[in-house]
Amino acid sequence: MSNVTPEAFVLGLSAIASAIVMFVGFGVGLGQGLATGKAVESIARQPEAKGDIMSTMFAGLAMTETSVIFALIVALVLLFANPLVGKL
Amino acid sequence: MHDVNNIGPRVILWFDEGPLKGLYITETVFWTLIVAAGVIVFALISARRLTRDPHGLQGVAELIVEFTYNMVTNTMGKRCIGFAPFIGALFLFLLFGNALGLLGFRPITADMNTTFALAALVFFLIQYNSIKSRGIKGYLRHFCEPYPLMLPIKVIEEFTFPISLSFRLFGNILAGVIIMALVFSGLGYLSETVLRLPIPLLEAGFPLPLNVFFDIFEPILQAFVFSMLTMSFIAKAIASHEEH
Repeated sequence: MSNVTPEAFVLGLSAIASAIVMFVGFGVGLGQGLATGKAVESIARQPEAKGDIMSTMFAGLAMTETSVIFALIVALVLLFANPLVGKL
Repeated sequence: MHDVNNIGPRVILWFDEGPLKGLYITETVFWTLIVAAGVIVFALISARRLTRDPHGLQGVAELIVEFTYNMVTNTMGKRCIGFAPFIGALFLFLLFGNALGLLGFRPITADMNTTFALAALVFFLIQYNSIKSRGIKGYLRHFCEPYPLMLPIKVIEEFTFPISLSFRLFGNILAGVIIMALVFSGLGYLSETVLRLPIPLLEAGFPLPLNVFFDIFEPILQAFVFSMLTMSFIAKAIASHEEH
């Protein structure tokens, strides 16, 4: 352990953290799957309302996606523009 | 294609001396101007000789305009039809800006400056229309509805919308750029080191499905989502006043 520099330690932990952050994708994938399933059900029940359902679904999916996009931004910052290394 | 180790936009022109010292131009600025000029030139050429029975470019332009007006009418209602030109321009600009990856260039929306500028534009448009339809007093009062205690939450809500809007576009497009860069460098490594080919032959053909997804499907979807959310928030800023 003595030959690990502080920078390498911080960078390694940041890589692990960015991997953990992307676990948000689990919940978002679940939610988006549920939403799309419901949309398919309602299209099957009312095929004439397909356009409205599709556009509402896409807007809703985009709102749901926000959290995973924020997680992606955090992961990218940790990987490519790490602010923690400069604090050593 | 893109360099995996340096994911920011490249600086293509900079000034070391003279009155413009310190100024630099990234490829984002360059391609933004090209896309904007391309859309304007297309509009000018297609509307140069308007005839009763459209053929050629006029037909394409009429298709786009009709699509935009239908979209705006369906989402915002008939009385907001005046926003259709703005929404159409936003949609076309985002569509071609996102799809630049198809030509092998960096999409302009993979730069946070572009998406933040667009989101700021949308934010001020929403505030302006909110003030215009409610009046200054009503605008200030709607932050305190239904309870004055809601004030901080309402203010935060106003400001998170442009931030999440810009980050959504930026994150989606940048994720596509990074995945494409990883796939291309991986295929290049495979063909050079494992198969020992003189040229990176695997890079031809194999990334095609990914190209279809990240450079055709995703740009259309993201441009649609951005303009859709813009429309619904402008409509909300105007309509919530007229209901009561």
